[in-house]
Amino acid sequence: MSANKEDKYSILLPTYNERENLPIIVWLLVKHLKCDYEIIIIDDGSPDNTLEVAKQLQGIYGEKKIVLRPREKKLGLGTAYVHGIKHATGNFIIIMDADLSHHPKFIPQFIEKQKGGDYDIVSGTRYIGNGGVFGWDLKRKVISRGANFLTQILLRPGASDLTGSFRLYRKDVLEKMVNACVSKGYVFQMEMIIRARQLGYSIGEVPISFVDRVYGESKLGGNEIIQFAKGLLYLFATT
Amino acid sequence: MIPKLFQWLLAGGAFVALWVGLILGYLDSDINDSTKDVILFLPVFVIVGFAIYSVTVICYKTATFNDCVEASKELQQDIKDATEDLKSKGFKFD
Ligand SMILES: Nc1nc2c(ncn2[C@@H]2O[C@H](COP(=O)(O)OP(=O)(O)O)[C@@H](O)[C@H]2O)c(=O)[nH]1
Ligand SMILES: [Mg+2]
Repeated sequence: MSANKEDKYSILLPTYNERENLPIIVWLLVKHLKCDYEIIIIDDGSPDNTLEVAKQLQGIYGEKKIVLRPREKKLGLGTAYVHGIKHATGNFIIIMDADLSHHPKFIPQFIEKQKGGDYDIVSGTRYIGNGGVFGWDLKRKVISRGANFLTQILLRPGASDLTGSFRLYRKDVLEKMVNACVSKGYVFQMEMIIRARQLGYSIGEVPISFVDRVYGESKLGGNEIIQFAKGLLYLFATT
Repeated sequence: MIPKLFQWLLAGGAFVALWVGLILGYLDSDINDSTKDVILFLPVFVIVGFAIYSVTVICYKTATFNDCVEASKELQQDIKDATEDLKSKGFKFD
């Protein structure tokens, strides 16, 4: 399927200590994307000097494809997206993690899905169809499934994966939604989908395989379960 | 749209009102005793029923949660290919 001539996709890659992962993810993006695109790397002054790696990649693939929008220090994932959106020139925006948990091979499927249903948002999902995970033990699977069940019962969000962050948005839709969302960090991903439904946007879903990061470590940390519970209650009481 | 919390409170309130109404009503009616018991324990049945449903769904979904072994292998191969190709393009790995 060939991409529409005018469509351009801006891929936002927020990075914090992703020195090993960044070259691989960028290489895979270049390999799998056949449309007009740009990769916007938002590095938050990573101590491992991810920015140096990003510059090397820019040297190889050019300033049109690889756009660097670094920030001085670690300011959080939510504001990294906002920062990236400001500099995006595409009419579609793809948000994904740079840690290789989200494989670029799914992006053509996202694009096809979006075109097929004229969706405002396409969300990757681990919970339906061929979607799934790798590297999770039974306990983590039970917790994940339990949390997902509870979310579906309490919020009826109309999407199967609220905590995943591999998504494609129309740019104008994303801009409006970012302004409507008040929460940060972990809850941000959940709120985005709930607000999207509230604002009447359509959501398509593509099953994805989520492979736990091979290099580096997770930065969101904290207690994920507590953050999730807070987010769920907040959205339950307010939306 | 009213928030989900209030939707639940409204539905729960309606259920309780209905239940209390039934209990008050049947005290002096002539419906048989076993039906009275069913009505009396209705909330317990609902809660236990929902708990069983939840546990069943979560167990089933956990058991059928795909293990993406292939995806992991593919990624390992991708990492090799990418590393090789990037080196040939002049990228300096540590
Ligand atoms: N720019 C920026 N990126 C971040 C920050 N925190 C996390 N990231 C990136 O966001 C993505 C997801 O983070 P990760 O630690 O993998 O979260 P997890 O997958 O929920 O464990 C990765 O690409 C991180 O490098 C931050 O404060 N600033
Ligand atoms: Mg991750």
